[in-house]
Amino acid sequence: MTTTHNMRQIRAIINRNKLSEYVFSIVGLLSMLIGIVTLLALIFDLVSDGAPRLSWDFFTSFPSRRAANAGILSAWVGSLLVMLVTASAAIPIGIASGIYLEEYAQKNWLADLIEINVTNLAGVPSIIYGLLALGLFVYGFNLGPSVVTAGLTLALLVLPVVIVTTREALRAIPNTIREAAYAAGASKWQMIWDHVLPYATGSILTGIIVALARAIGETAPLITIGALTFIAFLPESPIKGEFPFISFSWLLAPFTVIPIQMFDWVSRPQEAFQVNAAAAGIVLIAMTLAMNAVAIYLRYRLRKTIKW
Amino acid sequence: MIGAKPTRLSPKLLRNLRERAIEFVLFLAALSSVATTIAIVAILVYESILFFQKVSIWEFITDTQWTPLFDDKHYGIWPLVSGTLVTTVVALLVAIPLGTIIAIYLSEFAPPIVREVIKPILELLAGIPTVVYGYFALLFVTPLLQVILPELPGFNMLSAGLVIGIMIIPYVSSLSEDAMRAVPAHLREGSYATGATRLQTALRVVVPASISGISAAYILGISRAVGETMIVAIAAGGQPNLTWNPMEPAATMTAYIVAVSLGDLPHGSLEYETIFAVGLTLVLMTLVFNIIGHFLTKRYREIY
Repeated sequence: MTTTHNMRQIRAIINRNKLSEYVFSIVGLLSMLIGIVTLLALIFDLVSDGAPRLSWDFFTSFPSRRAANAGILSAWVGSLLVMLVTASAAIPIGIASGIYLEEYAQKNWLADLIEINVTNLAGVPSIIYGLLALGLFVYGFNLGPSVVTAGLTLALLVLPVVIVTTREALRAIPNTIREAAYAAGASKWQMIWDHVLPYATGSILTGIIVALARAIGETAPLITIGALTFIAFLPESPIKGEFPFISFSWLLAPFTVIPIQMFDWVSRPQEAFQVNAAAAGIVLIAMTLAMNAVAIYLRYRLRKTIKW
Repeated sequence: MIGAKPTRLSPKLLRNLRERAIEFVLFLAALSSVATTIAIVAILVYESILFFQKVSIWEFITDTQWTPLFDDKHYGIWPLVSGTLVTTVVALLVAIPLGTIIAIYLSEFAPPIVREVIKPILELLAGIPTVVYGYFALLFVTPLLQVILPELPGFNMLSAGLVIGIMIIPYVSSLSEDAMRAVPAHLREGSYATGATRLQTALRVVVPASISGISAAYILGISRAVGETMIVAIAAGGQPNLTWNPMEPAATMTAYIVAVSLGDLPHGSLEYETIFAVGLTLVLMTLVFNIIGHFLTKRYREIY
């Protein structure tokens, strides 16, 4: 009979489709597993190589020609100071331009140009920022390979991230908030400063943390501007005992940061230095993962608590 | 206002002035991104012009050796281009299939809870510092590959490319998934109504409908792979080598810039200018990919 024959054919097609769905699900799961297993392998490899080197001395020693004595004191102090400059440059400028683009910019060619620019800058390889900083900050402004050069370089690098997340955060605030502020007689800036920004702070903060986590692991642009790999002294402390109590000479001090210290160690042939590299890698990865985890947690909580 | 002294500014005017001043400051901040771009282009072009006054463009694009630091100097960009392209292709062979499959799975198959948990974990892959990936490629992946391929040298483009590929999976998968999720539900429902399965709907309706977003994700992935520096600088060897074989050591454009910068070059020397000429080539290459991507997106964009 043709009907049963057809039924059998249809069943076969259905079964085949079911099978292909099933196979695809497995392939999808496996693909995700490849990523996750690699992540775990990377962390496990670093920890098993470097964990024995992680001790108090490792954090309080300068780099040394003898691997067993070498530490990351100048590197983590350098990372801290560079991040300070990066944050104090990238956060205000990034948030300000995000506010301008989202709340003020008229739809014209200039706004379009800035918009296209921000997107394109996000795709520029990080080492190109290093070349920019080498030409502009190091030799153009004569700042030399210093903490301030490094901080500004990384600030330019992460600026697009801050701008984009600020804009998204502002876009998520419903217009009713703005209208209510205007109805109460607020000016545009009062509306933004007193009403929109406080609500957007959480999401903006998430973006800033992600941006800084990226900056802290960046290596290439800092090598390009001439970061040193062997520094056995600390820059002058920003807080002093005598008047005027604050010193800015650390801004022009030479520096090294944890990723550069790690790169230096990993490029040496001796195995002992590679153990040091692994230990520095653990510190680096712990910092970036912790920052990313905070950002993910913030995003999760914000999405749960805020219901417009 | 009657009674107000004409010399004092009225509160309304003051308020307007302050508003204008704030808007202007914000505008200046927004211009900083344009200024950055202009500065990048100006510096790369300026130093490259100095370079090309000493080395002919013809030599730059026809010579097959890149040895600016040796006594026998050659300035042919091809060895660096081949290294960059080989590592990029290896990386894309990993990232594009895996990233796309993950995106389809997360967007069309996975239950919401899996998506909520897996997506952030995958995004951590993009957050790992690249110098750590370099360590991983050199001291974990290469020895592992040498078990299967005993001839593989300690420095090679294969392991560098594989690791870059893993690193850029989230760039591909996250953006593609966002694009797929933005496809309106009625398109899927229409497809289901004709009796299509989930897989058929995903491959024949959702993917074509979101192809512009997906290709944007691919372009970003390509940009990342081309511009990736530390992984190749650590694991690929750093010796400019005109080869298309991923099992050999070679240098990419980015790795050359790093290698030269480590040597503390005198400002204004020809070696100093080479890194800007290489940087300009790198930017032009990413630009070409972006333009191709832009036109592909326009050509295939579906309107719904």
